[in-house]
Amino acid sequence: MSDKKEHKQASRREFIQTGMRWTLGVSLAGVATAAALKVSADDYVWQLDPFKCVYCGRCADYCVMTPSAVKCVHAYDLCGYCDLCGGYLKPDANALSTAAENQLCPTSAIRRKFVEDPYFEYEIDEDLCFGCAKCVEGCSSFGNGSLHLQVRHDLCVNCNECSIARVCPADAFERVPASNPYKIKGDFSVGTDQSNPA
Amino acid sequence: MNRISKIIFSFTAFLLSVPAWAQQRFPKPEFETGYVQPATSQAPPRTLFLEYLDVFMLVAVLVVATWFVVKKRSRRGVLWTSVFALLYFGFYRQGCICSIGAIQNVTLAIFDPTYVLPFTALLFFVIPLVVTLFYGRTFCAAVCPLGAIQDLVAFRPIELPKWLQKVLGIIPYLYLALAVLYAATSSEFLICRYDPFVGIFRFDAEFQMLLLGGLFLLVGIFVARPYCRFFCPYGVLLGWMSTFSKKHMTITPSHCIQCKLCANSCPFGAIEEPVEEQGNRRSNVQRLMTYLFFIPLWIGIGGLAGSMMHVPLAKFNSTVYLAEQLVENPELKQDHEHIDARAFMQSGKSMDQLVTEAKKIRSQFYWGGWLVGGFLGLVIGLTLLKLSSHRNRYDYEPDKTNCLSCGRCMDYCPVKN
Repeated sequence: MSDKKEHKQASRREFIQTGMRWTLGVSLAGVATAAALKVSADDYVWQLDPFKCVYCGRCADYCVMTPSAVKCVHAYDLCGYCDLCGGYLKPDANALSTAAENQLCPTSAIRRKFVEDPYFEYEIDEDLCFGCAKCVEGCSSFGNGSLHLQVRHDLCVNCNECSIARVCPADAFERVPASNPYKIKGDFSVGTDQSNPA
Repeated sequence: MNRISKIIFSFTAFLLSVPAWAQQRFPKPEFETGYVQPATSQAPPRTLFLEYLDVFMLVAVLVVATWFVVKKRSRRGVLWTSVFALLYFGFYRQGCICSIGAIQNVTLAIFDPTYVLPFTALLFFVIPLVVTLFYGRTFCAAVCPLGAIQDLVAFRPIELPKWLQKVLGIIPYLYLALAVLYAATSSEFLICRYDPFVGIFRFDAEFQMLLLGGLFLLVGIFVARPYCRFFCPYGVLLGWMSTFSKKHMTITPSHCIQCKLCANSCPFGAIEEPVEEQGNRRSNVQRLMTYLFFIPLWIGIGGLAGSMMHVPLAKFNSTVYLAEQLVENPELKQDHEHIDARAFMQSGKSMDQLVTEAKKIRSQFYWGGWLVGGFLGLVIGLTLLKLSSHRNRYDYEPDKTNCLSCGRCMDYCPVKN
């Protein structure tokens, strides 16, 4: 008698177990399908849109990497090769020279090279740059805006949510396909200029 | 000289008409000396192949771990598999990508129409859950790097009182619900932000996060795997799957001889001892019914409490926070030191737009608060129900929900075949 009862209990338990297993399996399949509607085979990485950037300086402070994986890059096609460079020199610089006291960059990461009179080439030493965007502000305010920030993908660890994106005041950070991971200005500034009748 | 006067002119023009924005204030010169312009370097991200290699490794390590737990019954095998997983997913992959964080990617994919979900993230979310549905939490045992690092430091585990385990056991449900809420409202990825071990994997993090990670490891010496048991939101989902898993790990390979050798072997308090139903059956069933009856009440109370919390909860959304600040202190709009306010003023958005946006997010938090609270009410109700229910048990068995399949107890069982 008690054997029979126990058997009945055991089979009932088995039934509940199987039922719940199927329920969970189907729910999981449902969630996965709903998510799969948005799926892409490509991987996604973080990048910042230089046209949205307001050079607040947070890229230097909020990256999980020290120093930041955001660096200044130079779109040479946009550069005016100015002698009086708003990105290289402090606004109150004593002279148009490479003297340290005249440089805007706190780590002297911009190298100024004479090309021909009166033009100078500016090159970023990315090992020294920490993405503070001081030069970007200078170049965008007084020059062509050829100096701008980009996430460097050899340094970026591609956090699930970029910790700079969380605090970016301009919402300039976005997830971009890993097959097209940069938004370097020179590449698409023409298109942007035309679409932006400012 | 011509150039300098041009600069001065354009600077004055710039001051006079700020919005007149032209990209090329100074056209690129035409060089005469044959100067070759350098190319702007573009270091590529990790190749896609490696991302899929991670998925392959996940499957491979899961298969090996499951084999060691269920088939081979080898604690040593599980341990070395977990060391490998710690090295690969922890120190080599630096804690990203991980299944725990993938909860948020999946949530965001469901709620945010603009978000594109990488297939790898979906696989990292689904695969461990499916395996757990069949074989129990072997993912926790030897695949998750967060679990592995804690497992290795569990030198002197003490047994926590049952009531404390039950109370702390509610936290993961809260964490899961909040993580889903914040991901669904596109506010932030809570789980990733407060991952205590990712800083250790990277040898680099904010001081507070390293401190938190160190603290977890320190506590983990005495309270085995504190993050897994009392925080991990993915553990909640794995627990559900494991409870109804088809073929869960067993302490003994054949039959239990009630020797009690395994009783103290589990550092996670996940072994259930034999019990016989006590007291009058009828009154037990009545008590169960009463608790069942109270569950809707718990859900209601929870939902109400959650919805009442929506204002402080929404503060963690940056849009809502900025709107609140600017409404309360309008003088901030002129404050150039306040980066967010300055960026907002530059963006050309009107205050009305910001407030409308913030109100919309807040109402999402209101309904989200009902759901989070209701869910927690349900969890509390079911926990109480489970505490009061008795099931006759004759053998020492793993508690399938909380058993992490680490295999320590198997070593203690004298029955070898």
